[in-house]
Amino acid sequence: MMRAFSVQVGPFGFRVGSAWSGPIRALDWLYAEYPKPVDGIPDFTVRLEPVSTLRRWVRPSVAIRGDFMLPDAVPTSLAHGLLAAEMAMNLQVAMGERRFLLLHASSVERDGRVLLMTGESGSGKSTLSALLGEKGWRFMGDEFALIEPETGLAFPFPRPVSLKNAAVAEMLRHVAADRLGPEMLGTPKGDIRHLKPPVEAIRRMGESGKPALLLFPRFGLSRDVRPVPPSEVFVRLTQASTNYTMLGERGFEALTNLVQGIPACAIDYPDTETALALVDELWSGLA
Amino acid sequence: MNDARILAWVLADPSRAAQLRPHQWTAMLTIAQAERLLGTLAHRLAGLDVPETAARVLDRARRAAETDRRQALWEAEMARQALAPLGLPVLLLKGTAYLAAGMDAGRGRLVGDLDILVPRERMDDAEAALLAAGWEWVKQDDYDDAYYRDHMHELPPLIHKARDRMIDVHHTILPLTARARPNAAALIADAVDLGNGLSTLCPEDMVIHAVLHLFADGDLSGGLRNLWDIDRMLREFAERDGFWDRLLARSRHHKVTVYVSRALRLAHHIFETPVDRYLAWQGRRGDLFYTGRLLARNGWGQDTAKLLRFAFYLRSHWIRMPPLMLARHLFTKWRKGHQPIR
Repeated sequence: MMRAFSVQVGPFGFRVGSAWSGPIRALDWLYAEYPKPVDGIPDFTVRLEPVSTLRRWVRPSVAIRGDFMLPDAVPTSLAHGLLAAEMAMNLQVAMGERRFLLLHASSVERDGRVLLMTGESGSGKSTLSALLGEKGWRFMGDEFALIEPETGLAFPFPRPVSLKNAAVAEMLRHVAADRLGPEMLGTPKGDIRHLKPPVEAIRRMGESGKPALLLFPRFGLSRDVRPVPPSEVFVRLTQASTNYTMLGERGFEALTNLVQGIPACAIDYPDTETALALVDELWSGLA
Repeated sequence: MNDARILAWVLADPSRAAQLRPHQWTAMLTIAQAERLLGTLAHRLAGLDVPETAARVLDRARRAAETDRRQALWEAEMARQALAPLGLPVLLLKGTAYLAAGMDAGRGRLVGDLDILVPRERMDDAEAALLAAGWEWVKQDDYDDAYYRDHMHELPPLIHKARDRMIDVHHTILPLTARARPNAAALIADAVDLGNGLSTLCPEDMVIHAVLHLFADGDLSGGLRNLWDIDRMLREFAERDGFWDRLLARSRHHKVTVYVSRALRLAHHIFETPVDRYLAWQGRRGDLFYTGRLLARNGWGQDTAKLLRFAFYLRSHWIRMPPLMLARHLFTKWRKGHQPIR
C-alpha cells in the first residue's frame, strides 16, 4: 500500500507515504545523511497519492496530500514525484508551524551570526545560500528561516537546496556532481535538481544563531546596493512570512524586534562573483 | 485497529495515552488532524506526560485553537455590532456558541464559520445590515443562490471582505426540504442570553442542533468531531437536574427523537458517554453503518471505507429532498459538470 519514508530536518520530523516506490527511493538517497524523527514520532505527515485509482498505473499523476492541504493544489507527474514530496513538506511547515515565525528566506551562519536573504523566486537567494555554504559559511536553509519570537534567534531548516535552471550549471562549478539529485525537466518551477547540503550543515541543524544582516538580492541587474528602511523591511517581511498573521501579537513582536535589530540592504548583481563580493563587503562592514 | 478508534479511545480517557507506542502516537495525531480534533486532543492531554515530539505537535494545535477562538469571538462581536441597530440579538450556533458560553465542547475546538440564527421574517433586514457592514456574497451562480433562498435553512454564505471570514445566517436548523421540521420559533423563544448581546440556544436545543447537523444534514463528513461535541454537551448538561427528561420532551416537541436516540447510542459506543437508557433506546437499527462511517480513517489520515462513504453521500441527498426535487437538482448539477467533494 503506502511506501514510507521519514526524516528529521531541523526542528521538524516528517513522514512521507507514497503509492509509488520511485519518490521514496529518491528521498532515501537525498536525505541519506539526515537523522530519523525524534521519538519515532513525526511532526507532519505527507502523502503522495494517485489522483484516481486509474492514474496510479496509467500516466501516473501525483496528488499532494497530508496534514495540511491546499484545495487547489495541482497534481504533478510521477517523474516529478520528488518535487511533489519536497513541496508537500514545505507546505506542512508553512501552514502548520505556530511556534517559530517563518520567513521565506535563505540563511547562512558565521561566528554565531546569521545572514538572512529573502526575495522572489528567481532572485538567487537559494543559490547564494548554497554557494556561501561551500565557502566558509554554515548553510542553514534555502527555504524558510525560523525565528523564535521569545529569543529573536534564527533556527536552521537545512533542506536540500532546490536549484533551478541556470543555477544547476553554476553550482556544478563549485560542488561535486555526486551531491546533486536527479534532473527533473519541465516542472512548473522550471528544470530542477536538488543539492545535498554539506554534512556539517546537517550535523549542526539544531544550532541557532543571532540574525545580523538581512539582504534582498536580485539577480540579473548591474551591481547596486541600497539600504532598505525598517518600514519597508517590515512590510516586505510580512509578505515573506507564511504564518505571520497566525502568530498574532507574538508574530508582530518577533517581526518588529527583528526589523529594528538588524540592518537591511537590497543588492542587485549580474553574476555570482559580484554577489559574493558584495556579501563579504557588507558583512565586514557590520559593527 | 486500522480506523479512528484509537483517537476516540484516548479522547474518552486521556490517561490511556501512557500506553501508546510511537507508531500509535503517529497514527492518532494524524487522524486527529484529519478529523479537526487535534486541538481538542491537545486540551485533553494537557498536563500529562507525553513524548517530546507529540508535545510539540499538540502545542502547535493548542496555539492554533487559541488563535481560532480569538478570531471566532471577534467575528461574533462584529456581527453583534452590525445587527444591533435592528434590535436583533445575535443567537450563536455551533462552535462559536460553545466558545462564547465557555462550554467543554469549545475547549481546543476549531471554528470555521460564524453561524447565527435569525427569525425568518427578519432575514432580509439581517442580510441588508450585514452587506452594509462589509460582508459580501461568495461568488456563485443563480441556481445555487435561488436554491439557498427557496429551499435551505440559511442565506447563501457571506464573506467579510476585510477579514475573509464567513457567516452563515440561519432561520432554522434543518433545510426546509428535510423530512423533519424543528420548531424554529421555540428555538428562538427559549434562547439563553449570555449578557453581552450574544445568546445561545438552550442546552437541550444545542444538543438537538448538533444531532441534526450530524445525522439529518449531510454525509457525516467531520462527523467524529460533531459526535465529540455531543459527548461533551451530554456530560456537561447531565449534571443539571432533569436534563434527560427535558431532552426527551424537547426531542419529541421537535419530532426528532430517533435522531437524538441514535446520537446517544453512538456517543456511548464511541466515546463511552453516560447516557439515559430510555432515550437511547428510541431509534432504529443500523448503528454499525454509522459507526463504520464515523471511524473511517486510517493511520495515514486517509479516508477509508469508500463504498460506505459514498452510500452516506447518496443518503445525504436522499434525506434532504423529496425524490422528484432531488432528480431535478442532480440533473441541473450534472449538466453544469458538478463533482461531489470527496
